[in-house]
Amino acid sequence: MTRHTLGVLGRSAFLALVLGFFALPLLWLASAPFDAHPSITTSVPEFTLRNFRALLDNPYALGSLRNSLIQAAASAALVVVLAALAAYALSRVRVPGRDALLYLLLLLSSVVTGTAAMVPLFELATRLDLIDTHLGVVLALSGGLLPAAIFILKDFMDATPTSYEESARVFGASPLRILYDIVLPLVRPGLATIAVWTVANVWGSFLQPFILLRDPDKAPGAVILYTLYNEGGAPRLDLISTFSLLYSLPVIVMYVFVSRRYGFRFHGGIKR
Amino acid sequence: MAQAEAPHVVAPQIGETHDAAGLGRARATAFVLPALVLIGVFLVFPALWTIYLGLTDYRLTGLAAANPQVVGLDNYTTALGDDRFHTSVWLTVEYVAGSAVIGQAILGFFLAWTLRGHRLKALIEGLVLLAWILPGSVVAFLWLALLDRDEGTLNAILHTPGFAWLLDYPMASIIVFNVWRGTAFSMMLYGAALESVPPSHLETARLAGASTFQQLRDVVLPRIRGHVLTNLLLISLWTFNDFTTFQLTKGGPEGRSEILPIYIYNVALSGGRLGFGAAISFLLIVINVVFALAYLRLLRRRST
Repeated sequence: MTRHTLGVLGRSAFLALVLGFFALPLLWLASAPFDAHPSITTSVPEFTLRNFRALLDNPYALGSLRNSLIQAAASAALVVVLAALAAYALSRVRVPGRDALLYLLLLLSSVVTGTAAMVPLFELATRLDLIDTHLGVVLALSGGLLPAAIFILKDFMDATPTSYEESARVFGASPLRILYDIVLPLVRPGLATIAVWTVANVWGSFLQPFILLRDPDKAPGAVILYTLYNEGGAPRLDLISTFSLLYSLPVIVMYVFVSRRYGFRFHGGIKR
Repeated sequence: MAQAEAPHVVAPQIGETHDAAGLGRARATAFVLPALVLIGVFLVFPALWTIYLGLTDYRLTGLAAANPQVVGLDNYTTALGDDRFHTSVWLTVEYVAGSAVIGQAILGFFLAWTLRGHRLKALIEGLVLLAWILPGSVVAFLWLALLDRDEGTLNAILHTPGFAWLLDYPMASIIVFNVWRGTAFSMMLYGAALESVPPSHLETARLAGASTFQQLRDVVLPRIRGHVLTNLLLISLWTFNDFTTFQLTKGGPEGRSEILPIYIYNVALSGGRLGFGAAISFLLIVINVVFALAYLRLLRRRST
């Protein structure tokens, strides 16, 4: 009996500590943007929305969110289209050495991380004239995400029955038409998964845009936020707090969407 | 017309392949090629180029920038004799062992264990996941604010005004930071693994008088051993390649939190020694390969 009581007490104490540990750093993000006098210390805010005006005063803040959007959307489009085509072909046509190829690509993508490849990536972008371009960031990030995307989509494709495609073919539909009209609707949840996953990855990426972009006009939110609190002088907390919140919002919305829809049982390497 | 033709085309296909849409080898190749080219140029080629660059004295500026020379294994021997490199390797081991293997894995497990059927499960899981999904730049600033010397919330709570956590205890700070940042994955993975432990077995053990520790050791652990290994390999690999703490300490003060990813950045892209940085990157890749191969072998063994 006492052991049981002690167990309950210990469990509650542990969870209270964990709750405090995880909530404490996050509180600032919830309070400071709405505080009339934002400071580094977390406090109950004297409510105001005036801080959001700082976003308009800063020449890079809103533009960087647009850059994040451009880079995330372009990467998602590229990854979804290329991965879908490749996954479909690999799922339906027996290419010699297919499994070994997929295995090797997946291995490479988890091994050649942005950190490990920063020197050659920087060099490559310099020689291809991709420094200071959205394209450079998009290609560098997409190349790293594609293997896992192909792998996941191939699973989706393998799970769809081929009988629809066969009957469409009996009625004389061309392969491209079959892919567009029949396969695509069937694997739409898979495509959506890959798109959300790509956007989430690119949206949070710091290293690649940090080394590939010099021009602050091209920099995404991750890099601009870093420069906001790292440039000399007292940091402008009204700007940093509101910008952090605005920049985090899409990720939080996507998370809520995904967890409502699929229960957020993400598994093995889906987020790196 | 098409109807007359179709059976003739379909018939020979059914037996030999799953090519239901009649894609054919040529079109299949055309479908796979764009993805392969992109992966080849931006993933495979950089990996191979790292090996070559690591054998040169290539620099960002100056004479060796215009005309780099192959110097063989010089970069590697230089690294072996370099104190800053030694320190960095040691700090990386501390960081991976402290924040991933010990911190995230253990906290993640006990969270998953205690939250089973708890009424606060949704709230606590949500907060832990939030720490994981928020962009790195945002969480880095949240922690700078928390640990700030003069006005930080932590010093306000502990009544230790002026205590400089990031300057006096940089390694401890980034280790705790990374536990906070990454525990979610272990929690989710162990949460899923624990669902495979039949509650009746735990009940039986409890009725037989087994303590919590004995239940964990004799009933739970044997069933989730594979998950433990998977989890440790993945979080070690990710933590080993993590660049987020750069935004917290930049490896400082005086290199006291300069783990390998930050060391490479500081030496190669900040310091301009691209060839030397590439050599260190190659070492990083080799260690990654060991982790990844172990992980893939584990997956294969489980699926067969």
